[in-house]
Amino acid sequence: MYISRFLPRERFDDLIEALRAAGYPIVGPQVHDQAIVFDALNHAAQLPIGIVDEQSPGRYRLHASDTNRYFDWTTGPQALKPMTFVPRETLWRSVRQPDGQLEFSAEHADMPQTAVIGIRACDLAALAIQDRHFMHGPQSDPYYVQRRERLFLVAVNCMRSSDTCFCAATGDGPKVHTGQDLSLSELDEGFILEAHTGQAREILASLSIGPADDEQLDRAETGIKQAADNQRRSLPAGPLQEKLVGAVDHPHWQTLNDRCLTCGNCTAVCPTCFCQSHVEEISLNGQETRHDRQWESCFNPDHSYIHGIVIRAERPQRYRQWLTHKFGTWEEQFGRGGCTGCGRCIAWCPVGIDVTEELAAVCSPPTLTADSGGSPS
Amino acid sequence: MSYALTPFEAEVIERHDETPDLFSLQLRLTDATRQAQYRFVPGQFNMLYLPGMGEVPISIVSDPEDRHVINHTIRKVGSVTDNLGKLQVGDRLGLRGPYGRGWPIDAAEGTDLVVVTGGLGCAPSVSFIEYALRRQSRYGHIHIIQGVKHAHDFIWRERYELWRTYPDVDVWLTADTGDTLWPGKVGPVTQFFDQLSIAPQRTSVIMCGPEGMMNAVVRDMRQRNVPDTQIWLSMERNMHCAIGSCGRCQLGAKFVCRDGPVFNFAELAPYWGHKGV
Ligand SMILES: Cc1cc2nc3c(=O)[nH]c(=O)nc-3n(C[C@H](O)[C@H](O)[C@H](O)COP(=O)(O)OP(=O)(O)OC[C@H]3O[C@@H](n4cnc5c(N)ncnc54)[C@H](O)[C@@H]3O)c2cc1C
Ligand code: SF4
Ligand code: SF4
Ligand code: SF4
Ligand code: FES
Repeated sequence: MYISRFLPRERFDDLIEALRAAGYPIVGPQVHDQAIVFDALNHAAQLPIGIVDEQSPGRYRLHASDTNRYFDWTTGPQALKPMTFVPRETLWRSVRQPDGQLEFSAEHADMPQTAVIGIRACDLAALAIQDRHFMHGPQSDPYYVQRRERLFLVAVNCMRSSDTCFCAATGDGPKVHTGQDLSLSELDEGFILEAHTGQAREILASLSIGPADDEQLDRAETGIKQAADNQRRSLPAGPLQEKLVGAVDHPHWQTLNDRCLTCGNCTAVCPTCFCQSHVEEISLNGQETRHDRQWESCFNPDHSYIHGIVIRAERPQRYRQWLTHKFGTWEEQFGRGGCTGCGRCIAWCPVGIDVTEELAAVCSPPTLTADSGGSPS
Repeated sequence: MSYALTPFEAEVIERHDETPDLFSLQLRLTDATRQAQYRFVPGQFNMLYLPGMGEVPISIVSDPEDRHVINHTIRKVGSVTDNLGKLQVGDRLGLRGPYGRGWPIDAAEGTDLVVVTGGLGCAPSVSFIEYALRRQSRYGHIHIIQGVKHAHDFIWRERYELWRTYPDVDVWLTADTGDTLWPGKVGPVTQFFDQLSIAPQRTSVIMCGPEGMMNAVVRDMRQRNVPDTQIWLSMERNMHCAIGSCGRCQLGAKFVCRDGPVFNFAELAPYWGHKGV
């Protein structure tokens, strides 16, 4: 059993102070450019106080609510991924000596210990997936590992879902259950805190606050349950790999040709997508090069280029890759699907394509309409 | 200390032009200890690097027991390969590897080999042929089948003539378009299979080349009851990292760089024969 403590609302800065005293610079949610983003956080007043998000396919808006809650929004366009798998970084450099010799030097990640406040269950589940890819594969990635090991995670149990959330369907939320150091449930009068690691227990102890009472714990559980109950998106019964791989010729894919812009937004906001490009930067004198990696998307034709051919040349083939990988072949690669139900790809798709609807369509037998071209093969 | 993504310096020991756009490089890692420790299996590949140009995956064609050099045969098709083609003896480049899973040199032991190559100088299968010919007692009969588009594309004529002189080896050549001096047949590579007296349970099929050709061979060999797990293909996909991280080489659930590039057909069957997978 974890010991639950109660932190009164007006003392939230004490938690920030305690984290700072433990040696952590702090990153937390704030409103920038009409979206919730994670940035350096010095005090509670910077949090999105009384802000809720309204999300629906192709739409993300922030509104003032009639509460003074700090965490009543659900997700912003990004959370942890840019901190651990950064959008662009240098892997190594090469220098050509005057005598023609080549020298290579590896670059090293160097992130200070950092505490992140406000991480949701879907993003922690996504982090666990990225851990499997970058840390626990046959080759662990030292750049990722360095940053990952420096994180102290203060997670939030969601008491509210957005229209786009479906973490209950993937089993990843709204209650936090993996990877957090400290978890937090927000009530009107303050926060229930639970420590899950030794370091978190020390921080809690340093706050000298009392236990949460049973009524508060009940209210928190009810709030979390409501957040789950309000979700209305669902997934086809799994596992899905065989279904999706078998649906390769489903006529529904073709309908994406006129809808999907192949902009790659969905892959950029998805907290589990891991694809990369490795690119060269050359110095002006031509003797030094930097070898960087940056985020890449399977919606980019170059992603599947081999000399003279783009393997996934057509738009529906690229959409099919995204959906089939995320919900299907991911299962063989990582032992589970690659979606944690955060809903970002739905909200940030400029044309409002909804993965749950597309999945439902390609996992159902083709409907024989006049323009679907007759019987499926 | 160094992460597996940082190349090591290699030196060109020898270079050889096979045709105007095909060349071979003999490389050696400049760090002698590293060169001595370098081990690989035919069918594996290296990432070769030119500063400012980038890295490309290239199969290793030397014999794994030759510890002194690492050989590559490369076709000039674009910026990196064109510039690799300009390297002279003594020039330096970057090399990291070996990567991937190579040919089933052990699983194929005791079986007859049908090695089918489509296109030109397909390095992965040549590396297997050379490997098996030096260890013929480990394998049964070796059938070597080479298909090219045009008769004038055919290279390494002497090499094929030499292979033909080995006992228990036969060589079959075909071109989509022949010419008057063409010693082989005209038509698909599959036309020879009737003459090979294939014992399906005791045969391993080894192939590389265009996916269309490999598809025809797979279909034919399955009809002859060669088990899917004994039909081996070397696949090509875009590659940036070569260690299963960058995601670019994905073919269904497989990372071609790490799980392949050599696969048996049973592993590829769910994805096979569909455009754009
Ligand atoms: C496992 C494997 C083994 C290979 N072995 C050989 C070999 O032994 N000899 C040989 O001549 N060629 C081989 N190739 C193909 C070789 O990698 C490409 O010809 C080369 O990458 C083309 O690069 P480029 O810059 O010259 O051409 P461009 O067409 O300008 O290519 C631009 C970039 O696209 C990517 N790319 C293009 N084609 C390929 C491709 N076929 N595979 C992967 N990435 C590609 C590379 O990142 C390349 O730098 C192999 C490919 C793979 C996947
Ligand atoms: S697929 Fe969409 S909903 Fe699922 S984790 Fe990725 S962005 Fe979130
Ligand atoms: S292949 Fe596409 S869906 Fe899969 S990780 Fe890469 S970008 Fe994401
Ligand atoms: S599904 Fe939407 S976000 Fe994704 S590539 Fe297509 S248009 Fe862009
Ligand atoms: S080349 Fe990067 S995952 Fe295979």
